[in-house]
Amino acid sequence: MSAPPLLEVIGLSKNFRARGAFGQRAGEVKAVRGVSFAIASGEVFGLAGESGSGKSTIARMILGLTAPSAGAIMIEGVEASPGASRARAIQMVFQNPGSSLNPRRSIGQSIAVPLEAARRRRVAVAARVDELLKMVQLPADFAERYPHELSGGQKQRVAIARALAAEPRLILLDEPTSALDVSVQAKIIELLQELGRTLGLTFLFISHDLSLMRNFASRVGVLYLGQIAEIGETTALFASPAHPYTRSLLASVPVITAEEEAMRPNVPIIEGEVPSPANLPAGCSFHTRCPNVFAPCDAIDPDFTVIAADHRARCHLLRPEADTTLPR
Amino acid sequence: MSATLLSLRDLSLEFSLFGRRAYVLNRVSLDVPEARHVALVGESGCGKSVTMRAIMGLLRSPPARITGGEILFDGRDLLTMSAPEREALRGVAMSMVFQDPMTSLNPVFSVGDQMGSILKYADRRLGRARSKAERMTRVYEVLRQVRMPDPERIALAYPFMLSGGMRQRVLIAMALLNETRLLIADEPGTALDVTTQAQILKLLQDLVAERHLALLMITHNLGVVRASANYVYVMYAGSVVEHGPTAALFANPRHPYTRALIDCVPKLSGRTTFRGIEGTLPDYAAPPPGCRFAPRCPHATSVCATPPPDLAVGGAHGVSCWLEAEKAA
Amino acid sequence: MADQTLQAPFVAPARLTTGQQNWRRFSSNPTAVIGAAIVVLVVLAAIFAPYLAPYPTHAGEIVNFRARHHPPSLQYWFGTDDVGRDIFSRVLFGYRVSLILAIVVLGIAVPLGTTLGLLAGYFGGWIEIIIMRLTDIALGIPPLVMALAVSSILSPNLINAMLAISILWWTWHTRLIYSITRTLRGQEFVEAARTLGASPFHILFREILPNCVSAISVKVSLDAGFVILIGATLSFLGLGVQPPTPDLGTMVASGANFLPDNWWESILPGFAILFVTLGFNLLGDGLRDLFDVEEVR
Repeated sequence: MSAPPLLEVIGLSKNFRARGAFGQRAGEVKAVRGVSFAIASGEVFGLAGESGSGKSTIARMILGLTAPSAGAIMIEGVEASPGASRARAIQMVFQNPGSSLNPRRSIGQSIAVPLEAARRRRVAVAARVDELLKMVQLPADFAERYPHELSGGQKQRVAIARALAAEPRLILLDEPTSALDVSVQAKIIELLQELGRTLGLTFLFISHDLSLMRNFASRVGVLYLGQIAEIGETTALFASPAHPYTRSLLASVPVITAEEEAMRPNVPIIEGEVPSPANLPAGCSFHTRCPNVFAPCDAIDPDFTVIAADHRARCHLLRPEADTTLPR
Repeated sequence: MSATLLSLRDLSLEFSLFGRRAYVLNRVSLDVPEARHVALVGESGCGKSVTMRAIMGLLRSPPARITGGEILFDGRDLLTMSAPEREALRGVAMSMVFQDPMTSLNPVFSVGDQMGSILKYADRRLGRARSKAERMTRVYEVLRQVRMPDPERIALAYPFMLSGGMRQRVLIAMALLNETRLLIADEPGTALDVTTQAQILKLLQDLVAERHLALLMITHNLGVVRASANYVYVMYAGSVVEHGPTAALFANPRHPYTRALIDCVPKLSGRTTFRGIEGTLPDYAAPPPGCRFAPRCPHATSVCATPPPDLAVGGAHGVSCWLEAEKAA
Repeated sequence: MADQTLQAPFVAPARLTTGQQNWRRFSSNPTAVIGAAIVVLVVLAAIFAPYLAPYPTHAGEIVNFRARHHPPSLQYWFGTDDVGRDIFSRVLFGYRVSLILAIVVLGIAVPLGTTLGLLAGYFGGWIEIIIMRLTDIALGIPPLVMALAVSSILSPNLINAMLAISILWWTWHTRLIYSITRTLRGQEFVEAARTLGASPFHILFREILPNCVSAISVKVSLDAGFVILIGATLSFLGLGVQPPTPDLGTMVASGANFLPDNWWESILPGFAILFVTLGFNLLGDGLRDLFDVEEVR
């Protein structure tokens, strides 16, 4: 017997209509293509990706801010409907703490937004705001302050408190610490880990920082140009990355100890930049930059190959019939 | 041993804001030799941006005021130079590469126009006469140096047509247009993807080697420092707390702040406990006497209320801490 | 990109409240202070006109033919008009009319225009199309022509003058708020509010509107001066307040018959209009400077 996953995304896709300089239709941008993954209650699932990977679009679709072009979003086995019901189940902490808080509203007012939306009485709201501030380790008098008086780390704590106010089951963290210093980041992640434990929260953690992912997420999906290239349990995936993109990504991560350096795959720095999602390469979307590209790559988009119990990647090199093996 | 091109000696600086004086830089010393990549690393609010702007002469005084020390460029003190002399150096012998390639380029002019203008104004200042064709030749030459494919086409392009990485290369190219000897790079690549950032860092390293440039990189990213810098200065609350060759400093960090910072960085090996550093930056208007890190330091003692001595801990590795002094004693 | 605001390490922990900070900035801006002083002066003069005017009865039906056309003197500060009434006293009472006009017109135009602008900017679609096209049509009609039309259909008096101006005035506010709302609609804090389950009412009036306050304040100040001018123009043309109620525009008009010899009868009420309009303009400019700085931060 197994409970359905808290969140399951099946074949999620999103196409945007591109417009030319004068507003004429200029084709389609396939931002997200057939993404599927499941998150179990209580786990931290990481989505790793660079620009153009579609990670923010996926987040918005899960939140209900953007409608998917195709695919399904299931919350505890039931297909999600747009609107208030989803607001109570899923919340988000945005990347830029400076812009996700209304500069003209006090901290207390911002945190109270979901409480008021749920129509709590005024007295109860004030008490709950105090409770939440304490949970994120901010002094109670911060409720009267305004965002511009707070540091980046403090603002992000407020954003976390606000998300918690809605009492969600799942919290989406979209690059929550990339605008913060590393010591502040450490405190915020520590807070998130603590809250996850005490409140039994589930996190979907989006980031481009693989080192952070390694230490915070229990399972990871690597995105490239709107598709999942590799997905699996964190330790296994980082120990034996299978997809050439994952390997290149790991090779480019700046590390600070010799131990980590030895851990990294030995691949050269990849050339070029991520192609625009408006101009997707044919076949496997990574083939234009892949150091191991061979015959089928520019024609056929590979399917997933299972590497281990919870580890799969989509790459032609991994097929049993491929006659090339990846160097370590 | 390369010649030292830029040298800060005991630079101190204060800001007057709303009637209060903030003691922002506290006897900062650093050296940037030719053909070397030196990193100035610290978190936000530590004063590294102020240091950079002081070197470039971009601080408005008031409210900023240099209260001590010197900034030597090629042996001459920038602080005692006349304004025109300083102007003549800025953008010519020493240039800056700005942080955000997305917003640092003027969106309504083509890349070639912007680069050509830089040359035009420099020529005017230096009393040189060059035709437009000659200037564009130089533009293409520099674009090639930053590994841009097809410089003629890039020169005709507008910034919005270029990707983030290409824009960053354009910014670097702009800094190299005149006979630059010192390049100051402000958080190069932080706004870019990790793979693109790696390319940009490699480019900078190659330029340092090939063109004998002195490169001073300002950053908060320790990983980037370790990957590309030859020498590191660690800054906290307006003071340099530790400095040394990259390998030595990372292998054996001696200052409690450096150690705490390194601990905070998540490790790829997966064995990171997230802990952070207790406390916050001091009030610059009333900084702690002595070591500015003492209020947050787990090893602080009463002697830390007096300014710590600078100690050499082997080779070119130096640290400013009483703990080290006690060990040495 | 790490948090690079200059404020964070440098400004002391001892904090002033936001209100105190705003007052400090406001009072160090000469334009704003002068403008505010003028406006306050005029408002007080209008409120306390019966007590401040040397000849309060001259604001009503009274004639004093022996004192006709006296030039400005210690007895009659602004001189007297062609029926012997003290112009200074009438100017003070005239300010009442001007200010009531401004308050009523803006009191209708601002809430109406702001609400329409918010709705059009946030919801888009048909709502936007209907509201904005209506606004475009209304903006194409010159206010003076509209006022003439309204006054000739209904009778000329103060209320109808206010009606005439209000009918068109809301459009400027709709335009302004519409463009601000369009920009703010895509901001993260608005998206965050949507995600948190806030109702559209909350988003419009509790999230977006507070961010419009600075623009509205500036516009209202500048508008007040403009509305007073238009009101004066209407009464100059005989379409507004009717005699014997003192009104600045009417006074300029009737005084114009006696130019240039009895210049004070027309020019001094004219200066009174200038004075109050200047005050509102300076205040508006000062507020704009104040808010610009805030935005930059």
